[in-house]
Amino acid sequence: MLFRLCLLSFTTLAGAAELSFNRDIRPILSDNCFYCHGPDKNNRKGDLRLDVREELIKLGPQTLIERIHTTDADDLMPPAESHKKLSAKQKDTLKQWIAEGAKYEPHWAFVPPVKSKAGKSIDDFIRAELKKHGLQPAPKASRETLMRRIALDLTGLPPKASDDDDLNDFIDQLLQSPHYGEHMAVGWLDAARFADTNGYQVDRDRELWPWRDWVIKAFNTNLPFDQFTIEQLAGDLLPNATLDQKIATGFHRNHMLNEEGGIIAEEFLAEYTADRVETTAAVWMGQTFNCCRCHDHKFDPFAQRDFYAMKAFFHNVPEKGVGIYGNPVRTNAPPFVKLPAPELEAKITALNAKLKPVEDKLRGLAAGDLEPWAKKLVATKIDWQPLEPQKATGGDNPPQITDKAVLIGPQETRANNIVIKAKLPAGKITALRLECSTTAPSASFQWSELKMGKTKLHPIDATHASVLDNDRKTRSVLSVAPNKPVQALFEFEKPLEGPEVEITIGVENAGGPSQWRLFATTTPTDVVAPASIVTIAQKEHAKRNAAERKQLADFRLSQMPEHRRLSEEAASLKKQIAAAEAEIPTTLVMEEQKEMRPTFILMRGAYDKPGEKVIAATPAVLPALAADLPRNRLGLAKWLVSRENPLTARVIVNRFWQHFFGTGLVRTSEDFGSQGEQPSHPELLDWLAVTFQESGWDVKKLVKMIVTSETYQQSSRFSVRNAQLDPMNTWLSRGPRHRLSAEVIRDQALAASGLLVEKIGGPSVKPYHPPGLYEQVVAQRDNPKATYQQGSGDDLHRRSLYTYWKRSVPHPGMLLFDAPFRETCALRRSRSNTPLQALNLQNDPTYVEAARFLAQRMIQEGGASIESRLTHGFHLLLGRKPSQQELQVLAAAVERSIKDFTKDAEAAKQLLTFGEAKTDDKLPPAELAAYTTVASTLINLDETITKE
Amino acid sequence: MSTESSLAPFSRRNWLKSLALASLANPKLFASPAAHFAPRAKRIIWLTQAGAPSQLDLFDHKPGLASQFDKDLPNSVRGEQRLTGMTAGQKRFPIAPSVFKFAQHGQSGMWLSELLPHTSKFADEICLIRSLHTEAINHDPAMTLLQTGHQIGGRPAFGAWVSYGLGSDNADLPAFVALISRPSGPTNAQPLHERMWGSGFLPSKYQGVRMSSGKDPVLFLSNPPGITTERRRAMLDDVAALNRLKLADYHDPETQARIDQYEMAFRMQSAVPDLADLSKEPADIYERYGPESKKPGTYAANCILARRLAERGVRFIQLYHRGWDQHNNLPSGIKSQCHDTDQPTAALLAELKERGMLDDTLVIWGGEFGRTVYSQGVLTRDNHGRDHHPRCYSVWMAGASVKGGHVHGETDDFSYNIVKDPVHIHDLNATALHLLGLDHTRLTYRFQGRDYRLTDIHGNVIQNLVA
Repeated sequence: MLFRLCLLSFTTLAGAAELSFNRDIRPILSDNCFYCHGPDKNNRKGDLRLDVREELIKLGPQTLIERIHTTDADDLMPPAESHKKLSAKQKDTLKQWIAEGAKYEPHWAFVPPVKSKAGKSIDDFIRAELKKHGLQPAPKASRETLMRRIALDLTGLPPKASDDDDLNDFIDQLLQSPHYGEHMAVGWLDAARFADTNGYQVDRDRELWPWRDWVIKAFNTNLPFDQFTIEQLAGDLLPNATLDQKIATGFHRNHMLNEEGGIIAEEFLAEYTADRVETTAAVWMGQTFNCCRCHDHKFDPFAQRDFYAMKAFFHNVPEKGVGIYGNPVRTNAPPFVKLPAPELEAKITALNAKLKPVEDKLRGLAAGDLEPWAKKLVATKIDWQPLEPQKATGGDNPPQITDKAVLIGPQETRANNIVIKAKLPAGKITALRLECSTTAPSASFQWSELKMGKTKLHPIDATHASVLDNDRKTRSVLSVAPNKPVQALFEFEKPLEGPEVEITIGVENAGGPSQWRLFATTTPTDVVAPASIVTIAQKEHAKRNAAERKQLADFRLSQMPEHRRLSEEAASLKKQIAAAEAEIPTTLVMEEQKEMRPTFILMRGAYDKPGEKVIAATPAVLPALAADLPRNRLGLAKWLVSRENPLTARVIVNRFWQHFFGTGLVRTSEDFGSQGEQPSHPELLDWLAVTFQESGWDVKKLVKMIVTSETYQQSSRFSVRNAQLDPMNTWLSRGPRHRLSAEVIRDQALAASGLLVEKIGGPSVKPYHPPGLYEQVVAQRDNPKATYQQGSGDDLHRRSLYTYWKRSVPHPGMLLFDAPFRETCALRRSRSNTPLQALNLQNDPTYVEAARFLAQRMIQEGGASIESRLTHGFHLLLGRKPSQQELQVLAAAVERSIKDFTKDAEAAKQLLTFGEAKTDDKLPPAELAAYTTVASTLINLDETITKE
Repeated sequence: MSTESSLAPFSRRNWLKSLALASLANPKLFASPAAHFAPRAKRIIWLTQAGAPSQLDLFDHKPGLASQFDKDLPNSVRGEQRLTGMTAGQKRFPIAPSVFKFAQHGQSGMWLSELLPHTSKFADEICLIRSLHTEAINHDPAMTLLQTGHQIGGRPAFGAWVSYGLGSDNADLPAFVALISRPSGPTNAQPLHERMWGSGFLPSKYQGVRMSSGKDPVLFLSNPPGITTERRRAMLDDVAALNRLKLADYHDPETQARIDQYEMAFRMQSAVPDLADLSKEPADIYERYGPESKKPGTYAANCILARRLAERGVRFIQLYHRGWDQHNNLPSGIKSQCHDTDQPTAALLAELKERGMLDDTLVIWGGEFGRTVYSQGVLTRDNHGRDHHPRCYSVWMAGASVKGGHVHGETDDFSYNIVKDPVHIHDLNATALHLLGLDHTRLTYRFQGRDYRLTDIHGNVIQNLVA
């Protein structure tokens, strides 16, 4: 607010002499008039538009002045119901503008940037502006402060420098550090809405971390920004696209994907493509295209047609509108590519090599002639001999034995085991027949298990195979009616010999009494078959239909022990192959489908109200797509980074500026439209944009130019004068000072304590996470990962950009410090200051553990005195020495705490065992606990979580 | 250097008196937020029933359906209505009359289902809207629309808007609290999403704070083992001493804000456990809220907590009870849900009334859409399911001078289309804001160049709901 106040007073002062349409007039018109008198033809009132000079002239400029000054409530503009009101100053400004001839200018951001001759460096432009506002640059920050500022800005980690490093060398080292790419990637992940899950209701895992690795690598290898753009938007369309270039296209697969049951695919396909348009427009062009999804833009010269013409670029991906509901959790929604995984691929090749001979042999067995066997099957009379039950126990009711039958029931209501002891007939028994019958009007019987000691059984009748699986949950139902006994056949792997056998039947539920009879035979089992098979075998070959032939052939094979063994072997190999294939990492990519999917303007943005058909095109108000560029994503990408495009370079340098100064030269870094803020330093912005283009879009060069500028290297102390005249640091009368990002706060604590695992890249990890948080909101049935499976070891201490990002429950430590949800593109994070952050830094095991390890380093590496140890801790975390006053406070705390924890040894022990990582148990507990408390104090300091 | 801390430490410092004067010159700079006009409600308790309760079995009495069992829903009624993928393939749309009985209650004679014996006692306090409608047909977009006025995530939740518009009434507690419970029955519970109580593009200090039943009612509230309150206090004094040295050196107002936020965190450490500790509630309270109320984290326990939050001046208390998505086995499923919610809801109304708080508390009960009159899946006399239905459904409000014993709106004989007084979600939200003294067209926030509102560009205050 104050910022605006100052701006206004300054611009008015300056404005009395020279009014600029873009600086002084457009913001007033845009905010107060364009909603009804702007580019949107459908919302235009009184057929008047004020964004075009001719229309104002037609109206008569005096009319405008009258209408904004009138006391007649009916005529007053803007009308009362708009809740807009012009201030007296604004009215005067408009009056002066009309008096000066009502000159218009095209919106500044659509005019190509030109390199001003007014300056040759960042500092030239900044100083000129400071002077205009009666300000002086602040002195250079101290060397320690600068090193920390630069290290945090370039790598997101505290400095490791020694005292004799030259600052320039130090900067070069940081630019070569692999951590540079990690830190620079974070803002791009926000922009790209990167997450590890699909979002929406089901929110299952997806696999896109290889794209994150690509981004890190791109920053580290200093891929020129134009190429960075082209590969991410259209890497797949480049000639002879490499795997890396395909992985890069994951950028536009980062949008959410709905997997909820019952959704309409078309509706969500419209969402995903709209998301791609809006994200592209925001990230590269700084334009709010979401406004023209349903209607022409109210403030900026974009039509609804422009939105759908842009959509046509992104509407040709071979994708479905819905995720694949019910598939295994690791499945990515096509299109995706597999990553090279040499070990797994070798394993799969080896397994396939084993599988082939097995399958060959199986085919060989299947090729044999059926008829001789069928004849034998029909001819063989099987001598089923009854077993004599001796004793039967178990069940809700004791089983009865009558006439060689066991009577079970009439009711069984719970999982019981019926154990039958029976005498076997003489000879080598090959197979067993169970027969279930009833005398009641009807009866049903659900059984789940059949066991005969250690004897291995195989089903002859596949209907009841599940009773052999040792799983009481899979049941088999016997529906019995009087005089219609039901049979089940089993064979023994090795023939069985008497005299007695114990049979266990697992019964789950039974309604009505059933009688069980058991029979055995010594006939070789290749000709023991259920009646249904025998019936088929009895028919002549010609009279069997195809299904019957198959049934018969399959049965013959199933009765061959050799076939059985080979089948099991093949199944096991296939399972291993499938498991290895599922382990190969994949990543989502963009592809083009061969047949162009037509694109229509959607009336009011509704997926089911298509209007006119459109073809891919760039927005009409901007320079046209060059004739030699293809009308696809590749053409669009090249257009974005072409010299003629007035937006991209400005938008990008502004966001890099924001990275270092906390605020862009255009404060609304996501909106370069007429409702966005004006650049504070328009000439500098343009100078940077053109310099960036001329350098070949060299990001490291741009970054180095910023961090070596005197503007950046100023002290961030407030002075009376700069606080008064430049409270928001708009004119950069001091260096940047603002709270660190969620990621940097955590990574810094891990690094200073020595816990940080510096591995670059790879799949996301699951660090500490408050218990229960996840489970309260996550779907239970739909998601086998309904609980948070916390990682261990290294996974707890990786850099924060590798933390598993679940869209419905992002990590609370990230959200509390203003990380976005990553559901849609975010180009600017807020920087809040809340009590929940204080609680997080005090009590999260992440920080308690880090404090303990920082304490250990103070004691082990910091010498013998309290002062030297504290100085060491201070240096590890803040990169500077403490002042005498600071030392006094902390030393008193150490002494107090040692006494305290010596008295309360139990408390010390508790504090030292919180979190997974173990500190050296030889250290005196009271001392370590005391230093842990002091380290926690350091971690919680304003300076610690602030870039200074 | 954030713009978001509301404090102005400079104003305390003589050497920067001029800045303090500047802030006086522009009172808006540090002014506390305020209502647009005199409010009827000081706070809202939103009893969100996630998963979409069936209006046909609870609120929208259709006696004529009894004779229509298993008959096809006439095409003329269904019209061009879109169907979810779950029933779009059904060959028939057989009518499933409610298996539950309805009766009239109170002076007003409001028809309510036998599933709500306790809520029914408050028929004369309740303003029942039978004509609410929405556009979304799937849970996530529909719940997001209900909460944020837009189907796709990214906008602030209702509570965040209120927190932004009115600020907090309690220096030790957040203005917006969310409480979540899972069903006691075996129903599949629809997932929720942190964004539903998120602050969207508003600064994150306005986001809802989720309170849970575990050791930490608020995230990271408890000190680690071995750190007592005294040790924490001593450590915070050290932090403050060092931060004050920093402030004296750099004079960044943000440092003063940090000092203040650390003090508030410390106060929360005692205020929140005191608030969340239900053990001090008298025994008869548990009888009123029912047996589930003794189990932490249940809807019943959350209703008690809601009353305690309301007593302490929390402005927006949002409960979520999951598990209303009865695509099949509706009769047993909805019975179990009502077992979880009916008695505690009524007990909350009773307690608010006894304490004189119902006059300035707006209570809202409802879900994200309704359910179809036709059966999803097999229809028998005693079992069926119902699919999602956005065209009409019922919610009720109570307290804060809404009309008690009043029924607003009407649906056709099949509870399929609205025939009288439709109310869109934007209208409901506009009305709720109105009761808080906020004009929904003036509660705006500029983001990406546009002034956004909870009600987007829609919404009308339904005056007829207010006494």
